[in-house]
Amino acid sequence: MKWLYDFSYLTRAIHEGLSARFEPGTVVILEMVLVGITFMLLFALLGLVLVYAERKVSAVIQQRLGPMRVGKWGTAQTLADVIKLLLKEPLINKDADKFLFNLAPFVIMIAAFMAIAALPFAKGLHAIDFDIGILYVAAVSSLGVIGILLAGWSSNNKYSLIGAMRAGAQIISYELSVALSLLTIVVLTGSLQFSTIVESQADGWWIFKGHIPAMIAFVIFLIASTAETNRGPFDLAEAESELTAGFHTEYSGLKFAFFFLAEFANMFIVAGIGATVFLGGWMPFHIGSWEGFNAVMDFIPPIFWFFGKVGFMIFLMMWFRWTFPRLRIDQLLTLEWKYLLPINLMNIVLMAFLSLMGWHF
Amino acid sequence: MSSEALIIFFIGGVIMVGAGILASNLLAPKSKNPLKAEPYECGVPTQGTSWIQFRVGYYLFAILFLIFDVETVFIFPWAVVMKKVGLSAFIEILIFLIILGLGLLYAWKKKALKWE
Repeated sequence: MKWLYDFSYLTRAIHEGLSARFEPGTVVILEMVLVGITFMLLFALLGLVLVYAERKVSAVIQQRLGPMRVGKWGTAQTLADVIKLLLKEPLINKDADKFLFNLAPFVIMIAAFMAIAALPFAKGLHAIDFDIGILYVAAVSSLGVIGILLAGWSSNNKYSLIGAMRAGAQIISYELSVALSLLTIVVLTGSLQFSTIVESQADGWWIFKGHIPAMIAFVIFLIASTAETNRGPFDLAEAESELTAGFHTEYSGLKFAFFFLAEFANMFIVAGIGATVFLGGWMPFHIGSWEGFNAVMDFIPPIFWFFGKVGFMIFLMMWFRWTFPRLRIDQLLTLEWKYLLPINLMNIVLMAFLSLMGWHF
Repeated sequence: MSSEALIIFFIGGVIMVGAGILASNLLAPKSKNPLKAEPYECGVPTQGTSWIQFRVGYYLFAILFLIFDVETVFIFPWAVVMKKVGLSAFIEILIFLIILGLGLLYAWKKKALKWE
């Protein structure tokens, strides 16, 4: 069970096993294919689990049962939905720009796929450990907005266009807050690399070590990342009650499913980044010199810590969505430009001051 | 893995969506009906195209975003070296952010942040 605590044993074993059988060039290609398949499976699994979780969480909050018919407690409901969507007729609006209409799901899914490459899942389980990790994720995850704009514009539908324009304004605005709140922590870590950021939290998570500025940054990150994934009280882009379904009104069948999947994948990615930067990634929870307690916490494998923290953050986002009423576009932009951005800029100066005086752990 | 492996994530995204859409095209039933290709709006026939000029408010925010995004890119390298450089880095970012804050205040005063 050694590999459960440090995945580099597993990856090295696979690498050596492959090297013994094939040429070095083939090994590289085989490993790439293996990684590709793993992440595709992860995406499919994420879609199945998160859609089910969303429906069950919303059901609990609204005092309903949620899906109960397909499978035990409705666990196979999402699978049934996928099969239904697969068998739906793909429709294209007669006035639509067909090329861009078909391109949009590709753009949005590729952005999600490339962003997830940088996440550290557990010790030694890391697809690509960029030395500019945070910059890379901030850059790539914002490509998704191009897919949304393409989808909305190419549909030639008024609802889609309004939804897409709203999504564009919203995502680019809140991107600033996401990046700045992450940078608040980077001031302390002195590195953009995810593995270094996780290692630096071995003696405590940054949200605790960074005092009040880190907590402010975490709250801002939570709000801004919810907005960036077009969820919760910020789902103006698809506001069902006014825009039918916003930018994906015209999409049907599996193309629609990909927009849905990308939304959940993005939610997982931002939750993963938040968990890594603020909540210690796969590092277990430790309290100072309580050695017995720390040993018990160390006994839980890192991968469970990571998915536990991500699950917690995703649960928070679902909770937001089913609790708060939707904002108007002017309220949304006011919140970002008049509150979050100035607070964020002051917060980053405050954090720089703390690190200058050495007033953090 | 090294960062060249990123290509597999690009290809992975293409394959996943491509295979899905291909499977859907093969499996799903098709029936021609001109009414199905109508835009999904209100039930009554759609009036005119949707590709029209859009309100200028969105562009204003896009321009503001551009300014502050470039600023964020400047803060990235600063944040990495802040601890090492110390006091001079702190004073520099203070000056930088005050100038930018003035820019934000100017936009605020000019009512660029107001949605109407």
